[in-house]
Amino acid sequence: MAAYEAGTMSQADPKPRLRLALWLPLILFAALFALFVHGLTNPADTNVASAFVGNPLPQFDLPPAAADRPGLATRAFQTGKPKLLNVFASWCVPCAAEAPQLAALAQAGVEVDGVAIHDQRADLTRFLAANGNPYAAIGRDDQRAVQLAIGSSGVPETYVIDGRGVIRYQHIGDIRPEDVPKLLARVKDAGKGAGS
Amino acid sequence: MKIAHLAALLLIVSAPVLAQEHVPPAPYAYRQLDNPEQEARAKALMVTLRCVMCQSQSIADSDAPIAGDMRSEVRTRIAAGEDPEHIRQWLIARYGDYVTYAPQVKPITWPLFAAPVVILALAALLLRGRFGRPRQTNDEGSA
Repeated sequence: MAAYEAGTMSQADPKPRLRLALWLPLILFAALFALFVHGLTNPADTNVASAFVGNPLPQFDLPPAAADRPGLATRAFQTGKPKLLNVFASWCVPCAAEAPQLAALAQAGVEVDGVAIHDQRADLTRFLAANGNPYAAIGRDDQRAVQLAIGSSGVPETYVIDGRGVIRYQHIGDIRPEDVPKLLARVKDAGKGAGS
Repeated sequence: MKIAHLAALLLIVSAPVLAQEHVPPAPYAYRQLDNPEQEARAKALMVTLRCVMCQSQSIADSDAPIAGDMRSEVRTRIAAGEDPEHIRQWLIARYGDYVTYAPQVKPITWPLFAAPVVILALAALLLRGRFGRPRQTNDEGSA
């Protein structure tokens, strides 16, 4: 008796279920298609942002990388004035591309300090002669000790440091002309924060 | 004559490579620690740390210059007696969870850790339904 009832139920049921089962692959296809189109038109951001923004700079004291500029230590960022910390290298092509923008920032009155990664004095001298030297100080970081300590994953990267030595903002990649006003505003903000 | 042209061409092609090789790598980028027990601990940690430059490789596998410097950092800290998990946390504080291949227990990852338990429970429920029913019908039949 129970078996007979179950039999009639399963004979009555399949039609709506079958209809749904027929549509399911198409629905799945459409959903996947939409997902892939979305993925293709919005490529993932592969930059690894520093999780260290908001923290004070770690203690470091780097020797000078260039002949005519001093080295760079943490205390240089505790003078009460916000500064830019530019992580760069002479062998890095985008670093040469952002040189005019760094010069513009320096001209606007922002002190730019550099950390040169895996660099040698002769290469750096040539790089600065060719692209200009907006740096007030350049520290030599041969083993990326400072770069790793501030969560920087490549060159160039530029950090806004407030007057107390706290990292306030990270710009990943080369500074484009349109980024200059943005960075200036960030530096201004950092100046306000340190004063209060 | 042809050979000279070829040599000149090869020199031009290799110039950018030479430009990056001026500074020797960090001391422990390509050198193991002398203490095998420490090296084993460093290696175990390095295979679970992600290279921030070549993003689908561990720093143990990657040949990117920054991976070499990260290996040297890890080995130096291990040699100084630092706990591997402490080094992992140090890196997570700087690069986020991104840098570790070993998922951390956090609110956002709890489904990851709960999934096996939930799936096992579901499987047990399903199997109970499957294996429980025939016995019932058998009981009815025999009764």
